[in-house]
Amino acid sequence: MAPEGIRRYAEVVGEGVIDQLHQLAEPLQGKKVVHINSTRVGGGVAEILAKLVPLMEDLGLDTSWEVITGADQFYQCTKSFHNGLQGNAVEIPDSLLREFEATNQQNAETLRPQIEDADFVIVHDPQPAPLLSLCPERRGKWVWRCHIDVSRPFRPVWRYLRNFVSPYDASIFSLAHFAQPLPHAQFLIPPSIDPLAEKNMELEPADIDAVYEEFGIDPDRPLIIQVSRFDRFKDPVGVIRAYRLATEFIPTLQLVLAGGTATDDPEGAAVLQEVRDAAGDDPNIFILLLPGDAHRTINALQRAADIVLQKSVREGFGLTVTEGLWKGKPVIGGNTGGIRLQVVNHHTGFLVDTPEGAALRIRYLLHRRDRLEEMGIKAREFVRENFLLTRHLREYLTLLLALTHGDEGRIELG
Amino acid sequence: MDDQRTEEGSPAEPAANPPFQIKDCALIAVATGRRAQNLRELRDILQSILSNSIYYHFWGSRLQPRFDNPEYQNDFATWTNQALHDGKMAERLGVIDPTDFGSLEELRQELIDVIEERLDEEEHVTWAKTDMQFNFLTSQIVVFDTHRVIHEPAELRTAVPMMSGGSIFYHVIDARRRTMGSVDDIRSWLAGFATEEEDPYADLREQLAGVDPFFSPLPEVRDELTRLLQGYFGAPEA
Repeated sequence: MAPEGIRRYAEVVGEGVIDQLHQLAEPLQGKKVVHINSTRVGGGVAEILAKLVPLMEDLGLDTSWEVITGADQFYQCTKSFHNGLQGNAVEIPDSLLREFEATNQQNAETLRPQIEDADFVIVHDPQPAPLLSLCPERRGKWVWRCHIDVSRPFRPVWRYLRNFVSPYDASIFSLAHFAQPLPHAQFLIPPSIDPLAEKNMELEPADIDAVYEEFGIDPDRPLIIQVSRFDRFKDPVGVIRAYRLATEFIPTLQLVLAGGTATDDPEGAAVLQEVRDAAGDDPNIFILLLPGDAHRTINALQRAADIVLQKSVREGFGLTVTEGLWKGKPVIGGNTGGIRLQVVNHHTGFLVDTPEGAALRIRYLLHRRDRLEEMGIKAREFVRENFLLTRHLREYLTLLLALTHGDEGRIELG
Repeated sequence: MDDQRTEEGSPAEPAANPPFQIKDCALIAVATGRRAQNLRELRDILQSILSNSIYYHFWGSRLQPRFDNPEYQNDFATWTNQALHDGKMAERLGVIDPTDFGSLEELRQELIDVIEERLDEEEHVTWAKTDMQFNFLTSQIVVFDTHRVIHEPAELRTAVPMMSGGSIFYHVIDARRRTMGSVDDIRSWLAGFATEEEDPYADLREQLAGVDPFFSPLPEVRDELTRLLQGYFGAPEA
């Protein structure tokens, strides 16, 4: 019989890692943990929670995942927050801010009994951040988990949100560079991918052949791919520019830009149109708008590619980089945010600052197949050691233990 | 350490030396909120930063995402190379071996002295890009029991190769902060078998003292220890 739950991961990471998780979870047995975010489908946060929550349950923590809901104006406001926190100067009308606060108030009414009673509440990103101030009878520890690059936020937006975030017991950022001055401990936990998820699991060659056929991609010609939401911070137009520069030397090159939409991203359609305009009628550029559950298709496309790109100009962490590396592909990534933690120049790929830089690296890797293969092998091992879900889970458990022990630098269990 | 053996007929051992309990640890990085953008700021912050932060930037990052065999063995050297492009400074910081210093305060002073020497050589300080600042971190470490216990020194030859990176960190690196004489836990335990008449593992301890964890990633430290232990006690039966 195939192993279930957390034990399934032993074949990827080894038994020792699973034993370690059980030992860390032992003092947390039965503790009530609630994760809260604003979308159940689309985007990296929802993907991580869909995996993390059942595994925490499997380890004996009473874990649940709640999603706050709101009207269009709420999502317009939180999208503006997102843009502002990543450094864009955005004007947010008072009416939208009132909608943001009212939506949180409504959600608090529904969630209050559950979250006031929880031992730990982990609030993801700014959307549900005000919930803490709306739960005065809370008894547990509250943690704000920021998945966004807030290293250089548009200050008026940060000042507004900081009021909601400051009273938390701790916050979590993906990188040290993202941490902001706050009156509580700021833990650093990079996110992760699930090696057994449909998006990352091993595939049969037939699965890859199927995507060549479905989208009309030529399997005998080089292929580069960027998978991400149609979002200006991901610079999809810059990717097209890099592709065009590279095709001057590699005319057979093909480019896939595959993205979906998240329910909390109202700008996606506009950016998609910009991308279509930039691509024009080039038959070798494949712009694929995929549904949120097209995980297997994305997996196959990444495996079909020779090189994975993530030419973001701002990036929280860049899980699509992790996915590409895990599939043994070198990644050409924007020199920003969490991409820097994953793309080690000349080892797992290349960091670039311009479309020209990306084009140069595309040419290099397609010309030096030996280096491409070598980097791909290193890339996969780097992810195995550092960015799989089991490491992420271990750090969450460590954090929960740290919160229960206060400021001690060293916590001795057992 | 308590002797947890209850089985009848367990091998006898000197009563003075309890069994070796294999621990493991997990470490989580914590931002201190302090950042340096040039060498002068790095020096200034080093004067007052928590000693735990200095420890983290030499040792703690061994348990964090990194590439094996990095060019420099501590974060200060890596940063001056990558963010300030100051090769001289990186080399001088990179050669500092924390095991040469009796305390973190001595290590702190050495860092400050080396940086000041470099500052004296240059008319201008080089600034890192805003998003390449040095972030001073510290960490919280959670230590837990694996419930695996070694009673006889020869068991080390099979137990050590099974140790996780966290266990190696705890027993080899972290131990130097906890033990008298700043030695690893394995040598400390073996020393416990010495009596007034004899010190049966003195030669093994001497060999183990040659394992320098500073220049090797944790898996290589484990492999080196395994090689020495199996060389001493013999390879385990298949």
